[in-house]
Amino acid sequence: MNWELFFDKWLPKMLDGAGVTLELLAIAVVAGLILAIPLGIARSSSKPWVRALPYSYIFFFRGTPLLLQLFLVYYGLSQFEAVRQSWAWNYLRDPYWCALITMTMHTAAYIAEILRGAIQAVPTGEVEAARALGMSRSKALLYIILPRAARIALPAYSNEVILMLKASAVVYTVTLFDIMGQTRTIIARTYQAELYFFIAGLFYLAITLVLTQIFRFIEHKLRVDMLQGR
Amino acid sequence: MRHYKKILLAAAATLAFGTQAIAADKIKLGTEGAYPPFNLIDASGAVVGFDIEVGQALCAKMGSECEVVTSDWDGIIPALNAKKFDMIIASMSITDERKQAVDFTDPYYTNKLQFIAPKSADFDTETESLKGKIIGAQRATIAGQWLEDNLADTVTIKLYDTQENAYLDLSSGRLDGVLGDKFVNWEWLKSEAGKDFEFKGDPVFENDKIGIAIRKGEDDLRNKLNQAIKDIVADGTYKKINDKYFPFSIY
Amino acid sequence: MIDLQGFGPALLSGTWMTVQLSLASVALGLVFGLLGAAGKTSDNAFARLLGGSYTTIVRGVPETLWVLMAYFGTVSAMNFIGGLVGHDDFALSPFAAGVLALALCFGAYATEVFRGALLSIPKGHREAGLAVGLSRPRIFWRIILPQVWRIALPGLGNLYLILLKDTALVSLITLDEIMRKAQIASNATKEPFTFYMSAAFIYLSLTVLVMVALHFMEKRAAQGFARNEL
Repeated sequence: MNWELFFDKWLPKMLDGAGVTLELLAIAVVAGLILAIPLGIARSSSKPWVRALPYSYIFFFRGTPLLLQLFLVYYGLSQFEAVRQSWAWNYLRDPYWCALITMTMHTAAYIAEILRGAIQAVPTGEVEAARALGMSRSKALLYIILPRAARIALPAYSNEVILMLKASAVVYTVTLFDIMGQTRTIIARTYQAELYFFIAGLFYLAITLVLTQIFRFIEHKLRVDMLQGR
Repeated sequence: MRHYKKILLAAAATLAFGTQAIAADKIKLGTEGAYPPFNLIDASGAVVGFDIEVGQALCAKMGSECEVVTSDWDGIIPALNAKKFDMIIASMSITDERKQAVDFTDPYYTNKLQFIAPKSADFDTETESLKGKIIGAQRATIAGQWLEDNLADTVTIKLYDTQENAYLDLSSGRLDGVLGDKFVNWEWLKSEAGKDFEFKGDPVFENDKIGIAIRKGEDDLRNKLNQAIKDIVADGTYKKINDKYFPFSIY
Repeated sequence: MIDLQGFGPALLSGTWMTVQLSLASVALGLVFGLLGAAGKTSDNAFARLLGGSYTTIVRGVPETLWVLMAYFGTVSAMNFIGGLVGHDDFALSPFAAGVLALALCFGAYATEVFRGALLSIPKGHREAGLAVGLSRPRIFWRIILPQVWRIALPGLGNLYLILLKDTALVSLITLDEIMRKAQIASNATKEPFTFYMSAAFIYLSLTVLVMVALHFMEKRAAQGFARNEL
């Protein structure tokens, strides 16, 4: 084991990789949340035709592996000349965008389901009270249901962030240098698979533990535990 | 309520059959299966190509029974050392880095590295004019390492798990060029997908010797393989295989 | 079956491999889960620590990394074990490595499901068993486990659906399951979209089949029990 080489060359590469992983994760879970809000609301609608579209979306993205979705976006779409000629190609030609788009759409499906559960968990009495006070449907949704649902959904959302962190490990397959991408490239030169997989594991574990603590702190601040109702 | 009993039984069975002890009488050839024309998987699932035919000719000369096993390229040396197979015949360049992990036989062909790019592109292989271009190569190949060692600050390097994925991205326009083995590039340029592309500049790296990798210290096998390579070159078997794939000699 | 340029049968055989892989993993994973839950609910502090570290570590590291580690990272260990029994050429096949990794991950989540179920069984059942003179293993096997199974089944069903998608990761260590078959076919035909979409369709069909099967299993397991109607 050449420790000098490790600290000068390979460790900085691993840290770069951790940066890429965290950046992808942060953007995807925020963008995914934004995309999930309309999906989750439509999914909780009482009208079947409003439910149908988000339902199919969620069914597709939760029913297939992320790796497959990534390959569909990255390799699949470039099969079509029309896609390669369109403005979208400016983004789709870049693996970073492909990974970001796929991760966002994937996590949005899961977050939408979390939101639906949370919206349905808001006590009916509160919604009725808001309506009785003369709030319109949309006002009740904006001021009563969503803020309430947000706090109910927080533990499940933090769980989803951790799951996405781990799921993001497949993006190296489309040439990105995230933690896994750096790890595999280093192993390709050092042939020390056991050691570098172990180090990669430590990186992920550390990120998981830190994220868990951050969310626990936020949940504590928002007194989420008082709101679960179960 | 007997489900869990069945499950326990099934689990025990899985453990029992899951680990495989490799019988010693058969030689296992490890290859990648994604590197045409040297090794590839056809529609029937069979592994075919130049490497495979050379490997089988060598086995025939040594009088051994051989079986072909595929592995992904990144993990092919670890897999050899894990005894998942006994030799790698997968167009592997003999390099000092690899020699620390495995032993090599005498070379069975000689490779060069050369850029390919769209015919329409103004593509010069001088370092200065490569600036800012996106170049693809396969991870853990000498092409990938050559790029990292020589052009890391000049071009954006993208590394792929398979050579085929690099070609897919070249034809979709994600890459400005690909650096790869000359003969593999040559094969791809001949194909339908490669018709709008061509070699650019002279080979950037020549005299790249391709050998068969075996585990360290297995000198018996290495000596037998070296003798067999000499034999198939001498008796014309090698030339027959060569001519089937290339109209020029690659030895 | 649609021909798909000669690759239809290949996709089918890949599907069969995926099914085998997922069933073998779930079988082993249930054992891990039960052991984990036994550890976490044990009176022994060391067993609790062991169970706790198992779930924390396994759930904090990506499934992708476990799959790669099980294949490439077990080399020295397997050689050592092999050396003990006189076969120094011991190694895990892609299938065995895939089963090991997926079972490890499934087991870590199943631990929590089983733990919840174990805790929900009234103490009186154990005591009744002791009172009529049954041995401890017999109480566990005859009284506790059948009830745990019923309570844990819905949770385990969800985990199985997740596992089914995680099997795609085993394509990274070249097991010929759906994902890798689709990859091989799209390399050969240069039609990635066609084949990844076909693979997506297969995963969705499997998901639906499993959901139907789970529905019937839950019904069967709940025979003779009153359900809480909310």
